This record gives sequence, structure tokens and C-alpha cells, in this order.
Amino acid sequence: MPIRDVNNLKLWQRRSGRESLFHWILWLIGIATFAYCWQQISNTTTWFFVWDAPRIANDIWSRATPPKWEYITQLGKPIWDTLNIATLGTIFALVLAIPVAFLAARNTTPSRLFIRPIALIIIVSTRSINSLIWALLLIAIIGPGVFAGVIAIAIRSIGFCAKLLYEAIEEIDEAQVEAITATGASRWQVMAYGIVPQILPAFAGIAVFRWDINIRESTVLGLVGAGGIGLQLSASLNVLAWPQVSLILLVILVAVVISEWVSAKVRGAII
Amino acid sequence: MSNSTFDVQKKIGKPWNKPPLVGRKWLRWALFSAFIVYLILAYMTIEVNWSRVYVGLERGKKFILAFTNPDFTSRSADIWEGIFESIVITVASSVVGIAISIPIALGAARNLAPLPIYLVCRGIIAISRALQEIIVAILLVAIFGFGPLAGFLTLSFATIGFLAKLLAEDIESMDRVQAEAIKASGARWTQWINYGVQPQVMPRLIGLSVYRLDINFRESAILGLVGAGGIGATLNTAFDRYEYDTAAAILLIIIAIVMALEYSSSAVRSRVQ
Repeated sequence: MPIRDVNNLKLWQRRSGRESLFHWILWLIGIATFAYCWQQISNTTTWFFVWDAPRIANDIWSRATPPKWEYITQLGKPIWDTLNIATLGTIFALVLAIPVAFLAARNTTPSRLFIRPIALIIIVSTRSINSLIWALLLIAIIGPGVFAGVIAIAIRSIGFCAKLLYEAIEEIDEAQVEAITATGASRWQVMAYGIVPQILPAFAGIAVFRWDINIRESTVLGLVGAGGIGLQLSASLNVLAWPQVSLILLVILVAVVISEWVSAKVRGAII
Repeated sequence: MSNSTFDVQKKIGKPWNKPPLVGRKWLRWALFSAFIVYLILAYMTIEVNWSRVYVGLERGKKFILAFTNPDFTSRSADIWEGIFESIVITVASSVVGIAISIPIALGAARNLAPLPIYLVCRGIIAISRALQEIIVAILLVAIFGFGPLAGFLTLSFATIGFLAKLLAEDIESMDRVQAEAIKASGARWTQWINYGVQPQVMPRLIGLSVYRLDINFRESAILGLVGAGGIGATLNTAFDRYEYDTAAAILLIIIAIVMALEYSSSAVRSRVQ
């Protein structure tokens, strides 16, 4: 226990001298890094705009309220598209994520040396690139529209779903697998009767969780032209139709809240 | 031996079948047919211009080939500037976001805060979680002008919802006995938090912070699309000019940094937790 001696009085302290020195240096480096970063941001900022910000914010607020309620009649199709992008994207992603997950899990992969790293690379590279970037890319390749959005969401979700799924596969109870194997089951039968029932709850949970995230992401995919309600948002922003923007933001907020509620309900029922 | 026939089926009766996922038959069929109907409806409303897709495949091939031959050099100044700005935004917003979310997490833990403070803090968390980063970024760019400041504010705001919520949940599930022991020794409120609560939630806080740093970097890569600074603007320009080799280089750098961050964050998390 580190103790400091002050006038023959033994005082308890949390860290020994070297430890606290180390902590101080760590904090110093951290604060210096932050100060440097802040300076970089500050240098590239036009401070006049920042001081002017409250007035601008007020101005935008007064233009955006009240929302243009009658515009909602034109939002039905975009919302339907958004829902489709999220749902179809999630379904595609799950179909593709299942084999990837089985190839990536240590206990089911056919080859740890060759196939597992490839599966892991697929997982990392699809996960680390945002769906908006995938959408940008796909729009250049297959043209703007809902289809590009579906594929973008699907690609982005593969890594996420496969990662969670392969972690679930690695955590299964081996005894059940062994029991099925002992009955003389083939490799596929072991998978179907020994592994799948164990990961099914996790799978359903992942599916609903990702669907919820995808609803959020698909609302903004239209900003780069990949369909859904984001298209309306960017069109309204471009013509500075703030009452429409505020209505769209409200609709997005409601959609996000509903999807979160649905996913929480479903996950509560499964798990 | 050979003429005695042994009929397993007769001995044990009906063959075993896998129990269905949904018990009730009508519900199973209703769910299944609803799903099919939805798929058909969804498929009918999606217009896929297959000829356009076919034309684009050539470009897709070019892009995939670009990954084998990424061009880091011809736009290196733009790329490094963008990456640097992304990192700056990430670090600054993580620091500020974490600093703000700690008091909010304390307020949002029901076992520490009185009801009015609890409701206010939970409200802040709910707002921050419901608004998507890119939408916040659009609004902040409109208000504060183009540049990394808008991106910095966006990510700080998004960090609050994520970190404060998870930290508050950890505080709520902490061991009360330790905190009470500190209180019994006559500690002030700040001492109580510092010695009774903080040591219990510190591993989780560090783990979440590193994880959020990782997320913030990924998000900072897209903020540039709406003018909030970072590598996204460079990437968008590269796509617009069909410079796939530069775009591939940027994507490879992003993937490399995310992988490095993810690896180090999982190392840190496994050490502290």
C-alpha cells in the first residue's frame, strides 16, 4: 500500500510515486494531443460564422417551423422505399453473412490457415466502410436508385452480422455437438441439429438489431442518390425548403423511434 | 440371423421430426405467407434498370481492379490532408464527448441521481441517440459553416448518447456495498463518486471510450460528404471524377486505420476488463 510520510503522519494514497508520475505523463500527452487537435480545428474554422451561429440557428428555426404538413402526402412512397431498403438489405446481408460466419468461426471453419483469414478480411472490410460510402460506390457502378441502396446496406451489414454470428458460434456448447456426432450424423447434420438450434436465438436477435440500425442508415442513403426518404431530404435542402426539411426530419425521427421500439419488443420476446 | 428382419420403423413408431419454429400451424403459415407477400410487393416497387446495371458492371470491374493497383501518389497531398483532418476530428470529438458524457451518465443513473435530474439526462441521451450523425452534421454545417468544426460538434454530440447510456447502465448495475462503505466512512459526495463509484466503472469506461474512438473515426470518414470536414470530401471527389485508383487507395487507408484501431481497442479492452 503506497504511503506518504508527512510530519511523521502516515497518509494513505492511491498510487505510488512512480505510478502517479506515469499517470501524469499519460495525462500530459493526452492533453497536449487534444490541444494540438483543437488548434488544427480552430485554424480551419471561420470564427465569424461561429459567433454568428445563434442568429443563423434562430433564422433557420423560424423558417423551418411550422412544418409543411401537407407535404406528407408525397412522403408515402419514399418511406416505403426506405423500409424496403432496410428490410431487403438485411435479408440479403443475413443470407451472405451465414456462410461467412461459419467459415470464420474457429470451431466450424474448414481451414484455419487459409479460409478463416479470408472470411475475417471480408468481415473487417465490409464493416469498416460506412454504408454511405458503399452507396456512393454502387451508384457509380449500377446507377442511382433503390437497388443501389439495398446492395449498399447489404454489403455494410455482412460484416456486422457475420462478426456477431461467428462469436455466437464460437461460444456454443460443444457437448451437444458431440452428442449429435456420436449418433453418426454427417457434417451437415451436425450443423443443422447440433449448432443451428444453439445459435438461432442469437441469429434472430442480430437480425432484428441490424434491421433497426439499417432503418436509420437507409433514411440518409438518399443524400447520395440511393433512394428512400433521403432523396426528398436532399432535394428539399437544395432548394432551401426548410418547412419540408423539418417535416422530413420529424418523419425520420418517428420511423427511427418505431423501429427501435419494434426491435426492442422482438428481442425481448426472443431472448 | 440373416432371415430375421429387423424393422426399426415398426419398433419405434413414427420417425422423429424436427419441431417447427413456430408452434401454431396457422400462425406459421400466416407469418410465412405475409413474408412472401411482402417480398413480392417490395420486389415490384423496386425498379432495377438491368441494362444500366449491365453497363455499370464494366465500371465495377474497373473499380475492383483498382484495388489491386491503388494510386497513393498522384493525389497524396489531398489524401493525407483529409486523413489528418479525420484523425484530428476523431480525437478532439472523442475527448470532448467523453468529458461531457461522464456527468450526464452520473445524472442518468437512477441509483445516484434524483428523479428530475435523471429525466433531464435521459432526455438528452434519447435525443442524441435518435438523431443520426449525418443529419446532425447537415444542420450543424448549415449553422456553423463548412469545415471540421461542424464535424467535431456532430461527433461530440453523437458520443454523448452512446457513452452516457452505456456508462449509466454500468453505474446502475454496480455493487452498492462498496459505495456504501465509502459513504459510511464520512465521504463527501465527490469523494463518494471518486472512491466508491469510479473504481467500479473505470474498466467499462475505458473500454467504451476506446470503442467510441473507433466508431468516431469510421463516422468521420463520411462527414465530409455533407461538408463537415475529413476524408469524405476527398473520397466523394474521387468517385465523382471516376478516379477509382485514388478512391481505392483512400478506402484501403480507411480499412487499415480501422483495423489498427479495432485491434488496439480490443487489446485495451481485454486488458482492462
